[in-house]
Amino acid sequence: MTLPWLTVLGLIPIVGALLLCLPVFKHVGKVVGLAFSLLTFGVGSCVTVLYLGGLNLNEQISWMPAFGTYWALAVDGMGLLLVLLTATLVPVVLIAEWNIAERIQQANPEAKRWDGRAFFALVLLLEGLCLFVFMAQDVLLFYLLFEATLLPMYFLIGGFGGSRRSYAATKFLLFGLVGGLIMLVSVIGVYVWSETEAGNPTYLISELTKLDTGATGSLLMICFLVAFILKAPMVPVHVWLPTTAEEATPGTSALLVGIMDKMGTFGMIKICLALFPQESINAAPVMITLALISILYGGLAAVSSPNLLRLVAYTSVSHFGFMVLGIYTFTSVGMSGSIFYMVNHGFSTAALFLALGYLIKRGGSAKIADYGGVQKVAPVMAGVVLVAGLSALALPGMSSFVSEFMVLAGAWSRIPWVAIIAALGMVLAAVYVLRMYQRVMTGSLESELATKIGVDLDLKERLIAGFLILVILVLGFVPNLALGIIEPTAVNIVGVLGLSDPMPQLGGK
Amino acid sequence: MTIPDPVFEWLELSPVLVVFVAACLGVIIEAVVPRKARFYCQLVLAEISLLSSVGFLVFNGVRGAWGPLAMKAVMLDGPAFVAWLALLVFGFLALLVFAERKINAGATAFAALASAVPGSATESEAIAQRREHTEIFPLALFSIAGMMVFVAANDLLTMFIALEVMSLPLYLMSGMARSRRILSQEAALKYFLLGAFASAFFLFGIALLYGYSGSFNLARIADSLGFSTMNRGLLLCGIGLMAVGLLFKAGVVPFQFWVPDVYTGAPTPVTGFMAICTKLAAVVGLARVFYVALGAERWSWQTLFAVLAIATMLVGVILALTQTDLKRLLAYSAISHAGFILTAVVGAYQNVAAGRVNAFGSIIFYLIAYGFGIIAAFAIITTVRDEGGEATRLQSWNGLGRKNPLLAGVFAFLLLSFAGIPLTGGFIGKWEVFASAWAGGFWWLAITAVGFSLVAAYVYIKVIMAMFFEEPDETVVVGKASLFTWIPVAIGALATLYLGIFPEHLMELVSNLQIFLR
Repeated sequence: MTLPWLTVLGLIPIVGALLLCLPVFKHVGKVVGLAFSLLTFGVGSCVTVLYLGGLNLNEQISWMPAFGTYWALAVDGMGLLLVLLTATLVPVVLIAEWNIAERIQQANPEAKRWDGRAFFALVLLLEGLCLFVFMAQDVLLFYLLFEATLLPMYFLIGGFGGSRRSYAATKFLLFGLVGGLIMLVSVIGVYVWSETEAGNPTYLISELTKLDTGATGSLLMICFLVAFILKAPMVPVHVWLPTTAEEATPGTSALLVGIMDKMGTFGMIKICLALFPQESINAAPVMITLALISILYGGLAAVSSPNLLRLVAYTSVSHFGFMVLGIYTFTSVGMSGSIFYMVNHGFSTAALFLALGYLIKRGGSAKIADYGGVQKVAPVMAGVVLVAGLSALALPGMSSFVSEFMVLAGAWSRIPWVAIIAALGMVLAAVYVLRMYQRVMTGSLESELATKIGVDLDLKERLIAGFLILVILVLGFVPNLALGIIEPTAVNIVGVLGLSDPMPQLGGK
Repeated sequence: MTIPDPVFEWLELSPVLVVFVAACLGVIIEAVVPRKARFYCQLVLAEISLLSSVGFLVFNGVRGAWGPLAMKAVMLDGPAFVAWLALLVFGFLALLVFAERKINAGATAFAALASAVPGSATESEAIAQRREHTEIFPLALFSIAGMMVFVAANDLLTMFIALEVMSLPLYLMSGMARSRRILSQEAALKYFLLGAFASAFFLFGIALLYGYSGSFNLARIADSLGFSTMNRGLLLCGIGLMAVGLLFKAGVVPFQFWVPDVYTGAPTPVTGFMAICTKLAAVVGLARVFYVALGAERWSWQTLFAVLAIATMLVGVILALTQTDLKRLLAYSAISHAGFILTAVVGAYQNVAAGRVNAFGSIIFYLIAYGFGIIAAFAIITTVRDEGGEATRLQSWNGLGRKNPLLAGVFAFLLLSFAGIPLTGGFIGKWEVFASAWAGGFWWLAITAVGFSLVAAYVYIKVIMAMFFEEPDETVVVGKASLFTWIPVAIGALATLYLGIFPEHLMELVSNLQIFLR
């Protein structure tokens, strides 16, 4: 029997999280936690090598026979890259938030809060669940894990956030539960549907794709879709994200927006498009409209946001609009771009959140108005913020440029005017990033702020920022590293829909 | 006219008889055994009788002794078997909580002398001299035995008698709280008066059905549907009145008014016992009457029950939102759970492939998953105390996560199960009843129920938030309880987790035992 690589990959961080709860690790908990996250990264790399080597990694064990559900894991190009993204970002965040408990203690000495070990354990738990979500090949399994990720994130926000953390955590959880329960309708419906169609209920995605979608197909697809729209926050249901990002610590926000929200777009592709192709095509006009609204509204809201963290949250709303646009224009170029964007956006948002986190930690405020001229005292930090911002505005050379360009190219080949409107989002991106940089980093520096900011980034902070920027640049200059893995998957996904594919070749990029 | 000798299958009926006999012995023990030894005598007798009853039950099940018993008064079929097993197990766990004395400085949660007037000299004398009575154990056993007959009753008269046997001890037990006795007695009186009303309705319904069909026997009633020469109005009125009696016990709107008061007023261990055992008995009895006797008449009652299910969920979750007392909150949550269960009753989904659960299977799974959770939850409530005894105000639970992370964590987990969050038994239960309602053709009811689950989830999250994110109330402590409390808590929590991750074992059992015999 071969090693069940994927199960092992997901279990490592979960086991790590459980171990951290033992009192034995009271003093070395954080080191152990980091070790587990690095081990996960190592196994993730092994899985990548094995996948590229053509090894069959699929696992399928009957789990709840009465439901027709399986412990079924597999990766395709999209899943693999998201797994890698998760496995890479988590150690980075753990290192970045190493002193989180001390920092909170310092900011608010009288409140007794949780220690750093709890943060590490929750992050690892979240990592394990996210990894399983990206590998799940069974609808019920996907749903269970999708819901389960809410809890560690809820405690991360509620346990380590700012002053209104309880409110933000509840808002996050409620929106999550709304989505989850709407999806539950579909999950139950899929059971009834598969029982009617196939005679024997099943939740395996590979089995369900063979079935005729039947009379309830539209209802089921819509419920799934609503849940995913809530997760990858699109206007008008994005309202939980800015609140959450504002209250959570930057590390938590990086995980939330960088990884967890990808489950939304991931689910659209993995479940909506795969199980309900015709219904998805019918839904495309609505989705494209929502995507355009998200792109523009997110951009405008980011321009006018007075708060740095809210600003980043709104940029993400805008970027999720691009991803959804790529998905629902149904071209292999747009789809590849969209999947690539999910990965890029993870790194780029994490860089932005962490860089601004450094600033906020020193300045003690997330209000843009409280800053000015920071680059005079902390040039390296200003540089990091600038590069992360440029990545968010998709400057050529940054990885997000490639993906945004592909999404727009895909949209252009399907419906040109959509691409034109979406391109306005790129203009807005330039406005909000550069304005933010101008107001925070340039201008005159007040002496009070200068003392607060004090020293520039230390070695650890530089290493983290440098690493993320390196990833962004490498993927920007050699996008084929990732696109090579994505492309076959994207072609498959679009192929299922049975539409003409206006620009099937990716060559020459 | 000759009266035939009654045939009585002693061995098949032994699970019920053991409990009945033990209850009677308990009464004698109360009278003759010295006071010091009484407590342990009662406890050991009660628990051993429940365990041996399980033994007899399993023996009969393995033997395959299915069929009508005691002149067709009782039916031992799959549903009766699962319901008996569940009642015995939950009864066993609940009685352990009854026996907790460490937490309350050596006294149980029950009034020393329940017959004394609250605040009277007799009462204080009894307390001072530690003249403690332990009649709670035989009372609980009588009640359990009544429930067992109730869920297996094959004719309506047996069912009525069983209903009274299970209810009367419950009325008494609700009034036996050691602290806040007036509140407790008020609850008991309310419960008794309303319960008596409901019984009367039930009895009247039986009379009308007898008038329509000419029989008390469920199968004979089913045969008469559509063939009786009597007025159909008799049948419909009979159905309606019987439903009142049964829905009252299950706590379904509009017969839910007793639930919050009784749950709050009753001693917390008794609340835990009632929350699952009464509900389970009532729902299984309801399913038996309406599926076996009135299944062919389902068009008459399905829509009515659908409306009641929605009303129950609505009232349960909305009023739970406004509660500031944890026991009341769980009482309203219990009402909403009755609504969720009712969706599957409405669906009445029957034709399933082998190995799948039908409507009854999903209902009993839900009840079992809920039962493990609720017994543990009420046991935990008994441990959180201030100087006045149990601290059930929601505010008192603020910051419990910091005082005792394990206890708060377990409680939060149980609440998540009630909310139907995945990887808990509660989720699988919800999934099953909703799937069953949907498969039975009531997809809109399933969707509505999912919507209410969301509001319900907020209720539980509010409690979790208070426990983990609020500043602690320093006057409230987690009392030192003995194993009598911790064992049910541990079993309840582990079973909830187990049913959430590996539901197929229970589901397989249930799917083999879900067909009513007639």
